[in-house]
Amino acid sequence: METVFKKPHALADVPFHYCPGCTHGIIHRLVAEVIDELGIEGKTVGVAPVGCAVFAYNYFNCDMQEAAHGRAPAVATGIKRANPENIVFTYQGDGDLAAIGTAETVHSAARSENITVIFVNNAIYGMTGGQMAPTSLVGQVTQTSPYGRKVEAQGYPIRISEMLSTLEGPSFISRCAVDSVKHINECKAAIKKAFQNQIDKKGFSLVEVLSTCPTNWGLSPVEALDWLRDNMIPHYPLGVYKDIDKEGGKDGE
Amino acid sequence: MDKVLMKGNEAIAEAAIRANCKHFFGYPITPQSEISAYMAKKMPKIGGTFMQAESEVAAINMVYGAAGAGVRVMTSSSSPGISLKAEGISYIAGADLPCVIINIVRGGPGLGGIQPAQSDYFQATKGGGHGDYRLIVLAPSSIQEIVDCTTNAFDLADKYRMPVMILGDGMIGQMMEPISFPDNVDTKEIEKPWATTGTQMKRKKNVVNSLYIDPKELEDLVVARYKKYDEIEKTEVKFETENIDDADIVLVAYGTTARIATAAMRMARAEGIKVGLIRPITLWPFPKDIIAETAKKCKCMISVEMSMGQMIEDIKIAANGACPVEFYGRTGGMVPAPAEILNKIKEVM
Amino acid sequence: MSKTNEILFAGFGGQGILFSGKVAAYSGLVAEKFVSWLPSYGPEMRGGTANCHVIVSDQPVGSPIIVNPTDLVVMNKPSFDKFENDVVPGGNIFIDSALIDRDCTRDDVNVFKVPATKMANDMGMPKLANMIMFGKLLKETGFVDMETVKQGLAKSVPPTKQQLFDTNLKAIEAGYNL
Repeated sequence: METVFKKPHALADVPFHYCPGCTHGIIHRLVAEVIDELGIEGKTVGVAPVGCAVFAYNYFNCDMQEAAHGRAPAVATGIKRANPENIVFTYQGDGDLAAIGTAETVHSAARSENITVIFVNNAIYGMTGGQMAPTSLVGQVTQTSPYGRKVEAQGYPIRISEMLSTLEGPSFISRCAVDSVKHINECKAAIKKAFQNQIDKKGFSLVEVLSTCPTNWGLSPVEALDWLRDNMIPHYPLGVYKDIDKEGGKDGE
Repeated sequence: MDKVLMKGNEAIAEAAIRANCKHFFGYPITPQSEISAYMAKKMPKIGGTFMQAESEVAAINMVYGAAGAGVRVMTSSSSPGISLKAEGISYIAGADLPCVIINIVRGGPGLGGIQPAQSDYFQATKGGGHGDYRLIVLAPSSIQEIVDCTTNAFDLADKYRMPVMILGDGMIGQMMEPISFPDNVDTKEIEKPWATTGTQMKRKKNVVNSLYIDPKELEDLVVARYKKYDEIEKTEVKFETENIDDADIVLVAYGTTARIATAAMRMARAEGIKVGLIRPITLWPFPKDIIAETAKKCKCMISVEMSMGQMIEDIKIAANGACPVEFYGRTGGMVPAPAEILNKIKEVM
Repeated sequence: MSKTNEILFAGFGGQGILFSGKVAAYSGLVAEKFVSWLPSYGPEMRGGTANCHVIVSDQPVGSPIIVNPTDLVVMNKPSFDKFENDVVPGGNIFIDSALIDRDCTRDDVNVFKVPATKMANDMGMPKLANMIMFGKLLKETGFVDMETVKQGLAKSVPPTKQQLFDTNLKAIEAGYNL
């Protein structure tokens, strides 16, 4: 009998701790499928962040390091420089990558560190209970913006993909979403390219994945997918922001 | 090898390379910049990594990654930079990773100054970062000793899987003395089966981590780590003594201050005052036993430091009231002169 | 009786103060003495005053910091003002008289005035006033001999720039033969 669905080998056979409806599970799976398809599990080293994905080291079957908050790109740099033959990826949330770890993000991109960064943007701090993130939208209500994010007080959300695409260093920067089958397939293709670029020694790649947080958004899983589509995608347009294989910058979808 | 003149900072860098450290991550800060400059020049020639990181924080986390990947790795900084690295040092201790950290101490607190100081003794020996952990802390007092300490630091780090700090100061970093490097470095690199080098699909995955949500699990790990620390306290203490057998007054000093104390001791002896010296080489583990023993025989101990008095607390604990423990120090980048120490000796007599 | 020279070189950044110290230290090393070399460091190095403490001794060097030099070599007035009174009684002060226009106020030290900067300019080697001062220091103190200094100088010059050896030696000899 033909197997039509199975757990990727790179994904460990343990239950996720993620909330019901959270899309971290999908993104983990996409990363694991790509590792399987590229046949690189044996030489891959992942770096887990601080935040909801802090236990990512339990979920992938490859070697893993757990980094301090925001420091995953620095840790990944150390691993890659020590053993350049390893394939090194980080898996980071928006607080980790775009607030406390902004310097590490920008400089690993500027150096074109030959690593792959998976950036999960759900516009909120999940693990700590729903505080405002650097990517929270204007007007978004969170525990620390209870009256909605106001630009006078809290400034504007950061568009990481656009910002990093102004640098010469990165080889590939793409923003995807996991709200629909079409978008999930596109997301997997982007993640695969981001790993392939590292294998091909093309330098820094980042895939930003718009993700949901039903628990802290106070929505059902289905409503959360709608909220992502209706509010996040308009502010964070999907598409390829940088691809050194194609001349020019953003070529969009 | 012929004797050459070398700055302390350069000697650290050369000794590290000779101890097969091929990875260095740092950030510029006075008065340790010669270490980075030396590494920047040499590492590309030996196929190693020199990286000027975007921050001290990034540098220490690069050290974490590289140490976890199983290579000998080092970073260096000076006081304010070490404060920034404190987070990473705690994580490195918590993940049981070996690495070498150099602190060429300058006056503090805050931005402080850039002249030599020893006011980071507490930070080095009592923590600095959060949590229950120790660093092995080595304090060389000559450029030649820097060479031995640096080699030793990498061996100790690997043997005990923990960070080792070399605590120098602006003076030892900047001064030159004749040194020779041994033709064959006696260094003991060991297998690191725990390193994240990729499973190659041949073993279970390795995880480098300091997160343990279950308090019992965390307690067990910390207790086990402290058993290792106990062993280190029993076996790795290093110190030197001079003239302590007949001494009425015993100076306790480390690093460059110990040299100045030695000069003061010679002046005192020339005047017929019986002065001795204990020079801790390991600040942690602290040479408690020799202090305790000597405190029972001498009339007074004087802790001489370039700080407001930090090591004196460890001396008092070790002396345990057997003799009075006095203090003489300068701080903020001021260096005590031998005559000042001699005055203090005469004052306590 | 053991012999110790505590030599303080002082002047402006760019005058080769640290290099003078290095030649002195390497000469001591060649003579198999105990030596230490300690520079001032920090912002003042970028064009302000620079100084360098060199100890050459028959016994191990304790403190590398010189509080009371046996020999002071000064190449600018601020350094002369600052260190003049620190020199031990009976010690030596070497003054670049082309740059320092006042006399020494002490009568318990030996004072040697050398118009080193003018001599260096006249000899067409304006950057080597430091070595002319060094030559005079060598002559008057004899802390090592000339043959030793030649070897010390060879070690102080980068292997790739050995042509500097000849010009530096020429300047040292000019100061020595005054």
